[in-house]
Amino acid sequence: MSKTNVTRRGVLKTGAVAGAGLALPTYLSAASHGGYTNAPTGDTVTLGFNVPQTGPYAEEGLDELRAFELAVQHLNGEGDGGMLNTFSSKALNGAGILGKKVNFVTGDTQTKSDAARASAKSMIEKDGAIMISGGSSSGVAVAVQGLCQEAGIIFMAGLTHSNDTTGKDKKANGFRHFFNAYMSAAALAPVLNKLYGSDRRAYHLTADYTWGWTQQESIQAATEAMGWETVNNVLTPLASTDFSSYIAPVLNSGADVLVLNHYGGNMVNSLTNAVQFGLREKQVNGKNFEIVVPLYSELMAKGAGQNIKGIVGSQNWDWKLENQMGSRYIGTNAFVKSFGEKYGFPPSQAAQTCYAQTLLYADAVTRAGSFNPCAVAEALEGFEFDGLGNGPTLYRADDHQCFKDVLVVRGAENPGNEFELVEIVEATPVEQVTYAPDHPMFAGGALGTCNPGA
Amino acid sequence: MFGLDKKDTSLLALVAILTLAAPFILNPFPTNSGLAQFNAGYPDLMQRFVIFGIFAIGFNILFGLTGYLSFGHAAFLGIGSYSAVWMFKLLSMNIIPAIILSVLISGIFAVVIGYISLRRTGIYFSILTLAFAQMSFALAYSVLTPLTNGETGLQLTLEDPRVLGQSATADGSIPVTNLFGAEMRSSFDMVVGPWSFTFSVGYYVCAIAMLLAFYLAIRIFRSPFGMMLRAIKSNQTRMNYTGLNPKPYTLAAFVISGMYAGLAGGLLASMDPLAGAERMQWTASGEVVLMTILGGAGTLIGPVLGAGMIKYFENIFSKINDNVLHGWFSFMPDGLEDLVVTIIHPFVGKGWHLTLGIIFMLVVIFLPGGLVEGGQRIAKAFRGKKADDNKSASTEPAE
Amino acid sequence: MDAFLLQTLNGLDKGSAYALIALGLTLIFGTLGVVNFAHGALFMIGAFCSVTLQRILNLSYETVDPSKTDFLGNPLKVKTPYVESWFGPETGGAIIEWSVPLAIIFAIPVMLAIGFSMERGLIKHFYKRPHADQILVTFGLAIVLQEIIKYYYGANPIQTPAPEALSGVAQLAEGIVYPVWRIVYFFFAIAIIGAVFAFLQFTTFGMVVRAGMADRETVGLLGIDIDKRFTLMFGLAASVAGLAGVMYGPINAPNYHMGMDFLVLSFVVVVVGGMGSLPGAVLAGFLLGILESFASMKEVITLIPGINQIIIYLVAIVILLTRPRGLMGRKGVME
Repeated sequence: MSKTNVTRRGVLKTGAVAGAGLALPTYLSAASHGGYTNAPTGDTVTLGFNVPQTGPYAEEGLDELRAFELAVQHLNGEGDGGMLNTFSSKALNGAGILGKKVNFVTGDTQTKSDAARASAKSMIEKDGAIMISGGSSSGVAVAVQGLCQEAGIIFMAGLTHSNDTTGKDKKANGFRHFFNAYMSAAALAPVLNKLYGSDRRAYHLTADYTWGWTQQESIQAATEAMGWETVNNVLTPLASTDFSSYIAPVLNSGADVLVLNHYGGNMVNSLTNAVQFGLREKQVNGKNFEIVVPLYSELMAKGAGQNIKGIVGSQNWDWKLENQMGSRYIGTNAFVKSFGEKYGFPPSQAAQTCYAQTLLYADAVTRAGSFNPCAVAEALEGFEFDGLGNGPTLYRADDHQCFKDVLVVRGAENPGNEFELVEIVEATPVEQVTYAPDHPMFAGGALGTCNPGA
Repeated sequence: MFGLDKKDTSLLALVAILTLAAPFILNPFPTNSGLAQFNAGYPDLMQRFVIFGIFAIGFNILFGLTGYLSFGHAAFLGIGSYSAVWMFKLLSMNIIPAIILSVLISGIFAVVIGYISLRRTGIYFSILTLAFAQMSFALAYSVLTPLTNGETGLQLTLEDPRVLGQSATADGSIPVTNLFGAEMRSSFDMVVGPWSFTFSVGYYVCAIAMLLAFYLAIRIFRSPFGMMLRAIKSNQTRMNYTGLNPKPYTLAAFVISGMYAGLAGGLLASMDPLAGAERMQWTASGEVVLMTILGGAGTLIGPVLGAGMIKYFENIFSKINDNVLHGWFSFMPDGLEDLVVTIIHPFVGKGWHLTLGIIFMLVVIFLPGGLVEGGQRIAKAFRGKKADDNKSASTEPAE
Repeated sequence: MDAFLLQTLNGLDKGSAYALIALGLTLIFGTLGVVNFAHGALFMIGAFCSVTLQRILNLSYETVDPSKTDFLGNPLKVKTPYVESWFGPETGGAIIEWSVPLAIIFAIPVMLAIGFSMERGLIKHFYKRPHADQILVTFGLAIVLQEIIKYYYGANPIQTPAPEALSGVAQLAEGIVYPVWRIVYFFFAIAIIGAVFAFLQFTTFGMVVRAGMADRETVGLLGIDIDKRFTLMFGLAASVAGLAGVMYGPINAPNYHMGMDFLVLSFVVVVVGGMGSLPGAVLAGFLLGILESFASMKEVITLIPGINQIIIYLVAIVILLTRPRGLMGRKGVME
């Protein structure tokens, strides 16, 4: 029952002259003969999956890990192949990457920049990983992306939603498939306008750190552009568990929409508290009071339980996409089927993004014909593809951000089954969420040049 | 030698040998064997071992000698890191000015925080230090973002206005931290048969820093000043009555240990130029307390052992996943293999916290003096009763 | 004015949670002289008692409904809780809905059992050990407990909603509405605190314990078996923490690390209140709750940016510097 037998630095062993104490000058413990860090020399290649396994995002991390395992299986030709069958690029054939069997190592980011970097470093230095992927928060993504840039490794970001990841902190070796705060806002604003009208007064509660700020900024700009007024924006500490003292002032503020720029445990608690204070049933200015949660995730929707009903937000992907929105989103069903049959429940958007990122990396290596990060980056830049569940997608060369449709969703009122937490309101077409690479919210910082390490 | 007695000299020599030979000692398993999972001899982890060793040695000077339990020592580690990264951004990529600044700035903060907190004793002192550290963390994460870069942590960028040195290298990368040209991240791989040993410049810089820190700690422990600190621990009232004011001594100990933490923070940033706010959170402060008690508070070598143990679990056990387990036990018949994997599964990978918690409890229940006591018991068992009068590195329970 | 009143309510509400946890901590400090870092974990276990009861009540059998499909397109398996099939959907549904109040009855024996076994099996051996050792062993225990919960219930929060009749909001005055369950929580906390004080004040048992808190040795010399009473006290403290956790569930969904979230805060509360003082702990709990609520008002944050992040710690520093032993601390306790 041995699946993938993980062997550390098998790469080094083969390069070594047996018996002799031969010393090789190296860079970050890489084999020196490939011209880039951790060049795979044996018949295997090692990928590093760095996800939160402890702390509040552990559940999301585990779902990412499941997707990674599935992707590795499919790359190695095991299982039903999943999205390999629908992927528009046919370079991958189920025989590993460039004929090398795919191995993987896992680590725990603990959702802390420090721990995430330590974990990524051990993958690079000890296990000889050639690519790092995963993560569930923007702070970690930016920190690990920086590390991979310095070490000469490709970073395929997992769940990270801050504008900064491909904005002021973008890096030549880093790539993001997930959407960002600007796109959320651009997709949400017209829908909110349609649902709630253009004469609304919004009250923002914002998590007091970088991601919260960029999201609040994006949403405020997009909603004000269509006529909404922003009554107030209050910053809440990350460590808050009880949001009552932030929710209570909303009651008599004259606002008729509450925007919760929170994620994870913060979002579950602030939404629960808002519902407790009767905001969902409230009438203000002759209108129904509404709550908006700009960034949704299935796991948080699950954590928030009944409170999520009817509340609008945005998502990168949803497992019902192909069934409800048509074959533009081909790949979705194939992925849900292989994931669901293996684990017994449908995948989350975090899982989909991690699965897609792994496939995209493997495909880029195959098309480039080399594991060299610079060749891989070149193959990914400007790459247009389809069949990975999000519809036609572009990996833009200017900032390494994927451009694809964004989903606007709403907490399901009458779920058909226990996994149907949200219903899809609209799939916003990609044109509507595309922005110029020099958009002010993404300004500052530069990609730099690709670093192959070694 | 070095003004130490025979016992301490041999202890220092032992630590020196262990530290310098760490790349060999920590990589006992051939790289391709299943047990290689337990190898810890890669640069990043070895650096963490010695850096957190410095942190814990410094903490022990305060806690082990005076008995004052600071619950906010991580603040100085964080402040040291931020100072060092700012030095890299503004002045030069050489680590010497960065480390000097981080020790100084941490020292200044330690004087202020220590002066205020030392007005109280016991748990009141602990909570005061905790409050200062938590305030630093919360502010660094949010309001002070222009200074600390908040959630992400302070990083180097391509636009840093470096006065001595360039903003970016010729090929468009961020320059690397160095010691007069020797890059911190360069390393040698030595391959001997199936083994592979990595020697990193960064590690040896940290190792030498730790040996110096360790030597200084021995001198403090054996000095009249150290004696005075012990007197404060055993009976402060008596000290007052003899006409001695304990305050300057405790403050000095607090500042010294704060500077040790600053040195550790500066070294962390030198090895990997990033300073995150989480370094100052109470969990980080708690970690150094645990390291010290786990290893043996009041002993010289204990804190280093404790630091190594906790960092080992964090970095090695968290990486063992089901795949690895199946790899190890693949020689067993399928049913048995699955059973064994199921039994071990909760304790590794995402369950590494559980294992750490169990270890804490076992050590403190059965080895009240920490890991050092374990070592002493083993040594005693080998030497027999004769060694009774020969208490090495004096174990004194902390109060 | 409304805002002022609302924030006071919020503060009392937050304060009740702080006060209940701090009360239990102080009981253990004061009587046993043990620094219990696992107290937050006991609070968390309390909350998970109600999650467990909810799970038990929701134990179901499955029937296949061919008219609906699950996410993979297979026929949907419909789950019906046994409770509903035994008592009929009406009564059964009501029982499930009231699982949180019912969990109080469920949690008391569970928490007492956990408290007793913790004291007899572990804490007892640490009475004479240094505080640092107590911290290390109870912290280790806290990690172990929370990891066990995480292993069985996952890291995601699990909602334990209040019964329909007690959710929703109450109109307290013109323009002031407040969630019913939070009001319930406040009065519950007052009742528990009152009961503990009455127990210590008016029973012989309580008198002995109070005497033991003041001077353990003398009480022992009088031939009173203080140890047995201390075991009971530990069970009592664990129950207080557990009940606080059960009732907290509907306010914020329980998750495995909620104990750690409260741990540091509750220590600050206890110390600000003064070591070994029960009234001090309660007073400090409410005081810090109210100050925290006011500090989170927009007007205050605009005046002093970031004040909502640090208010608790700032207040702790100010109080400890002006009053050496916190609000009502006794001389010589853990100084």
